[in-house]
Amino acid sequence: MRAKDFVIIQMSLFYFIAFLSILFALLVIFSKNPVHSVLYLILTFFTFTIHYILLNAQFLAVVNFIVYMGAIMVLFLFVIMLLNLNKDTEPVKKAVVKIASVVGGGCLLATIVASVKALGISEPVVLKTADLGLVKHLGKVLFGEFLLPFEVSSLLLFSAMVGAVLLATKDKSNA
Amino acid sequence: MEFALIAQKFILIVVIFGISLLAAMYSTYAERKVAAFFQDRVGPNRAGPLGILQPLADGAKMFMKEEIIPTRANPFLFIVGPSLAIMTACIGSAVIPWGQQMVIGSTVVDLQVTDINVGVLYIFGVVSLGVYGIMIGGWASNNKYSLLGAIRAASQNISYEIAMGLSIIALLMITGTLSLRDITAQQHGFWNGHWFTWNVFKQPLGFLLFMVCAFAETNRSPFDLPECETELVGGYHTEYSSMKLGFYLFAEYINMFVSSAVMATLYFGGYNYPFMDVVNAHLGLTWGPLVGTLVLFIKIVAFIFFFMWVRWTIPRFRYDQLMDLGWKILIPLAIVNIVITGLIYNFK
Repeated sequence: MRAKDFVIIQMSLFYFIAFLSILFALLVIFSKNPVHSVLYLILTFFTFTIHYILLNAQFLAVVNFIVYMGAIMVLFLFVIMLLNLNKDTEPVKKAVVKIASVVGGGCLLATIVASVKALGISEPVVLKTADLGLVKHLGKVLFGEFLLPFEVSSLLLFSAMVGAVLLATKDKSNA
Repeated sequence: MEFALIAQKFILIVVIFGISLLAAMYSTYAERKVAAFFQDRVGPNRAGPLGILQPLADGAKMFMKEEIIPTRANPFLFIVGPSLAIMTACIGSAVIPWGQQMVIGSTVVDLQVTDINVGVLYIFGVVSLGVYGIMIGGWASNNKYSLLGAIRAASQNISYEIAMGLSIIALLMITGTLSLRDITAQQHGFWNGHWFTWNVFKQPLGFLLFMVCAFAETNRSPFDLPECETELVGGYHTEYSSMKLGFYLFAEYINMFVSSAVMATLYFGGYNYPFMDVVNAHLGLTWGPLVGTLVLFIKIVAFIFFFMWVRWTIPRFRYDQLMDLGWKILIPLAIVNIVITGLIYNFK
C-alpha cells in the first residue's frame, strides 16, 4: 500500500516536472528578450536536475546543477548581458532567408511528427540496483569498466581547452 | 513515527533558519563594532546598552524606507534578484551537521537537516547558484554601474569556483566520502595517537585555498569588487532601496555565516573538540552533544571575526590582480596540492 502510494506520487511528480521542462524549453524559444531566454534555459536545466533526483542519480543531479546551472549558464548570461542585445540592434533578415527557414522548419516538424507516430511505448526498464546513480557506484564503473572511454573523453576536452587558449592568445602575438 | 520525524525536522529547520538570521543580524552589528575597534572609534552605542539593539533599529529603518523601482527597470526581475540572493544564502545550511546524535528520552535526534551522500557537492552547487541573485538584480536595474557589478560578480565567481572545487578534491581524497556527516565523524576528538584528527592539519594548503575562495565567493573584502564603491557607485545594488537592498546586504552576512560553518565543518572538526568523550561521558547523551554544538558555534564566530578582521585590514584588489590571483596562483597551487596529497596517500 505504502509502496504503491509512493509510486503514484513519484509518477505525478514526474509528469508535473516533465510538463515544466517542456514549458520552460518552449519559453526559451518564444521569449523575445535574449536574457529572458537564458533565464528560462536555467529553469529548464533545474527541472532536469529534479528529473535526475527522481531517478535516484544524486551525483548526476548535483553535477548537472553545478556545471550547467552554476557555471555554463552563468557564462551564457555573462556574454548576453555584455552584448546587450535588443530589438534596435538586431539585424533584419532578408525575405529569402525567412521563407527558407519557414520551409526548413516545416520539414523538420513533419519529420518529428512522423517519427513520433512511428514510436512505440517502450517497456519501463527496472534497475537491478537502486543505488546505481550514487557516487560510489558511479566511480567504480567510470574508473573500472569504462576507464578507456573516460580517459579518451578527458583527452578530447583537454585538446579543446588547449585550442581555446591558443585562439584566445593568437591576436596578442600579431600585435 | 513518520509524523514525528517530519515534526522533528521541521523544528530543526526553523531553529537553524532562526539562528542563521539572528547570526546575520548580529554580524552587521559586530561588523560595525569590529570596524570601530580597528579604527579606534566607539561604534554604534546609542540603541540599547552598548548599542545592542542597533540591528533591530537598522531592520526597522530598512522596512520603513520608500521602495523605489526605477522606471526603465524590469520590475519582475528587479524583485527576483534580491529574493534569489537571500534564498540561496539560506538553503546552504541544510546539510551541515550541527552536532552529534542527541538522545532525548528514547528517540535519537540527528542535529542535521539532511545527510545526502553528496553533501559537499550540494554546498558547492548552492554557492555557484548564489551569483544569479546578483546578476539578475544587476541586469534588471538597467544601470551601467549595476551591470558592471553584476558582470564582475559573475566572472569572479566562475574563476574562484574552479580553485575551490580543486581544493575540495584534495580534501575528498583524504576523507573518501562526500557526506558532511561522515567527514565530521572522521575528525572525532583532536588527537588520535599519531596525528591531529582535524583536516586542517592534514590539508593546510587546501584549507588556505578554500578560505581565500570562500572570501571571493561571498564577495567579502578584499574581493568585494562587485560592489566597489570607489568605481561603481554601489555596484550591483546601486538602484536598490528599502528592504530589497536590505536583503542583498543580509544575504552577504548569511553567506558569511554559512561559509564559516562549512569551513569549520570541513577543516576544523565541526562539533568535535579535545576530550569530547570525557565530557560526553559526564553529561550524558542528551546534553553532551549540545556542548559540541556550542563549540561549533564558537568556531563559526571565530571565522566570522576573521572575515571582518581581513575586511578592515587588507585593501581591495585591483581587478586584474584578482584574476591573476585566481587563475595563475590559486588554481596551479590547488593542482599541486592534489598531486602532493596523492603522493603522500600512496607512499604512506
